Amino acid sequence: MSDNPASSKEQYKAPITDWTGVADGVTGRSPLAHVGFDELAQMTPSDAPVQLREYALKGHLTLRCNPEDAAQTAAFEAVTGLALPTAPLSSVASSDTTVRWIAPDEWLISVPASALFSLQQRLQDALTGHCALVDVSSGLTVFELSGERAVDVLKKCVPVDLHQRHFPAGKVVSTGFAKASCTLRRLNDETFELVVRRSFADYIWLWLQDASLEYGLRVEN
Amino acid sequence: MLSIYCPHCAEHRDEEEFHYKGQAHIARPSDPDKCSDEEWGNYMYFRANPRGIHHEVWVHALGCRKFFNVTRDTRSYQVFESYLIGTSPSITGEQGGQPS
Repeated sequence: MSDNPASSKEQYKAPITDWTGVADGVTGRSPLAHVGFDELAQMTPSDAPVQLREYALKGHLTLRCNPEDAAQTAAFEAVTGLALPTAPLSSVASSDTTVRWIAPDEWLISVPASALFSLQQRLQDALTGHCALVDVSSGLTVFELSGERAVDVLKKCVPVDLHQRHFPAGKVVSTGFAKASCTLRRLNDETFELVVRRSFADYIWLWLQDASLEYGLRVEN
Repeated sequence: MLSIYCPHCAEHRDEEEFHYKGQAHIARPSDPDKCSDEEWGNYMYFRANPRGIHHEVWVHALGCRKFFNVTRDTRSYQVFESYLIGTSPSITGEQGGQPS
């Protein structure tokens, strides 16, 4: 019930400087565009023991197929160059492609946005039989939490054992993250990748700020 | 807090990742049209409420989102085993919750 609906509309359409091109003139916006990671990266302490980075607007595909169907696994490997990780909680990654085990018949594939459409087409053409391939890019965003205290921050967030013996690099778990959901993958000793729902990105960003308060947080861009 | 083994993820996880989905091993009548109201009502609504061993369905809601069965003691809450849907439990109790 604004007295001046025109002005609020103008405000809504105010120039946005942080749009990022995805492909073919389509534009997208990070769910944390309002936070201003560019500025924060300049302001946050450089020696903080926890670092956070967002990889917004990547391409994500959900693949459902039968790991016992040799034709499907062979087709997947032929297209991506990666063997489908059929062992529970495992992942494989190349320089720009990550494949995470989600369930016995479900995987989450992440690629740069520019490579998404061609990968989706090639997989759709190659896969035969009962399977599904869905573009879920618009629903997800990726955080990378790293640093010597990153594990301590995560201990406040997820109900899984993060000890190296139980959670080595490459392992993937889908779990709850402070009552939101997340797919957590360990990249190395001190680096974790979180795939979260885009609509929860702001909540998780606020939560992570609070959880890392006692250690110090550096935002990277 | 229960620690429940997910047979799909092949590891133990905390209870908060799971949801309970009721009694296991309830067979749907093969021909619902031939059921009496009582038979259908029993299938739809009436569940065992044993004191002791209970076979029940759980879903790994925040993990792999798959269903599986659990054998649990309703007195102590102790979880004895997890097993895949379509397989039989290795632990059965003398009181209720018997596979049909």
